[in-house]
Amino acid sequence: MAHVTASVYTSHVPAIGAALDLGKSGEPYWQPVFKGYEFSKQWLRDNQPDVIFLVYNDHATAFSLEMIPTFAIGCAAEFEPADEGWGPRPVPTVKGHPELAAHIAQSVIQDDFDLTIVNRMAVDHGLTVPLSLMCGQPGEWPCPVIPFAVNVVQYPVPSGRRCYQLGRAIRKAVASFDAPLKVQIWGTGGMSHQLQGPRAGLINREWDKRFLDRLIADPAELAQLPHIDYVREAGSEGIELVMWLIARGAMGDESGPGTPRVAHRFYHVPASNTAVGHLILENT
Amino acid sequence: MALDKPYKDIPGTTIFDAEQSRLGYHLNQFCMSLMKAQNRARFKADERAYLDQWPMTEEQKQAVLARDLNWCIRLGGNIYFLAKIGATDGKSFQQMAGSMTGMSEEEYRDMMISGGRSIEGNRRIGEGGDAQAHRQPQGRAGRKEGA
Repeated sequence: MAHVTASVYTSHVPAIGAALDLGKSGEPYWQPVFKGYEFSKQWLRDNQPDVIFLVYNDHATAFSLEMIPTFAIGCAAEFEPADEGWGPRPVPTVKGHPELAAHIAQSVIQDDFDLTIVNRMAVDHGLTVPLSLMCGQPGEWPCPVIPFAVNVVQYPVPSGRRCYQLGRAIRKAVASFDAPLKVQIWGTGGMSHQLQGPRAGLINREWDKRFLDRLIADPAELAQLPHIDYVREAGSEGIELVMWLIARGAMGDESGPGTPRVAHRFYHVPASNTAVGHLILENT
Repeated sequence: MALDKPYKDIPGTTIFDAEQSRLGYHLNQFCMSLMKAQNRARFKADERAYLDQWPMTEEQKQAVLARDLNWCIRLGGNIYFLAKIGATDGKSFQQMAGSMTGMSEEEYRDMMISGGRSIEGNRRIGEGGDAQAHRQPQGRAGRKEGA
């Protein structure tokens, strides 16, 4: 049977992708950011999954205002990196895992989560920047990736509680797939940032650190946090952090056997407008 | 019965909800069109003519021509859509975000490097923080404009 082995949490700031693509990762501004992922790149080589289930949000790229799915699962065999207005990132095509994706879709929908199934979709920096941070600049990505897009652009976005429960349903779906696959689930976006209005540039270091603590040790309670707390305390775009609860929900419980182990934790301000947070949890 | 919108009391912040999305539908869809290289070229060649092909309000068109992102957001624009205009102009996300504060590029960049904008005084309208209405614009760029 397939099982979830570990989860990775990371911000997905577009400027990080641009810094890599333009060869600026050695500059003093960017060095501390990439240093925080050195451990992670080695960790991924040592803990190579068969599939990555990557939770991210589309930034008005694949989904305009014509269609706004709350949860969309990519079931295609391939996903092209999108042109977001600066030209497509020079990164490999993302290969999907249609069999596992279709299996998860069926199981999770039967568990009352109304996913949108997507068979054609370009993927933007929300998905490709985490891959770059964790894999560097390879000729192809190390394994198939199932894109899972969450609406965090048009309010109301799904609640933390709903995201956490969805993670639980994804864990169950993976466990019923009849092949011995090691699956990692990645939750991306955040941490505190605001990209609009006179409050642009907001960072809340204390709140972010507390969020990381609670995600590790107290996720079920953290999932009860209402939207307004994210927006008020972590900025209008800090709401992306609800996506981390999907990945956390797919992991082992916070107490008892199978409590996840913290393999790595990193936090840095700033990358462009954003606080970069990063965590790796392993199921034991 | 009215919907609960508790996010209306946050200073310097517009939440892109269904109401804003409805106001800004054509403005945002115009922005989406700039994801194609040939449309970016057509827009740059004659902005007004390009905008006139969209059923946007005159005020929305003026806000785009002025590159006033706060104005665009008031009229229903969303930053991820408006970013396509910035990309067309060759601007980074940091330049776009900074432009909404009245700070110069350097001032905004320096604020981020020294840890970003503080949450203190910026949680609720009526507090004393730098994102509050009575403290705008925040920097050199805004003052120059107003002078």
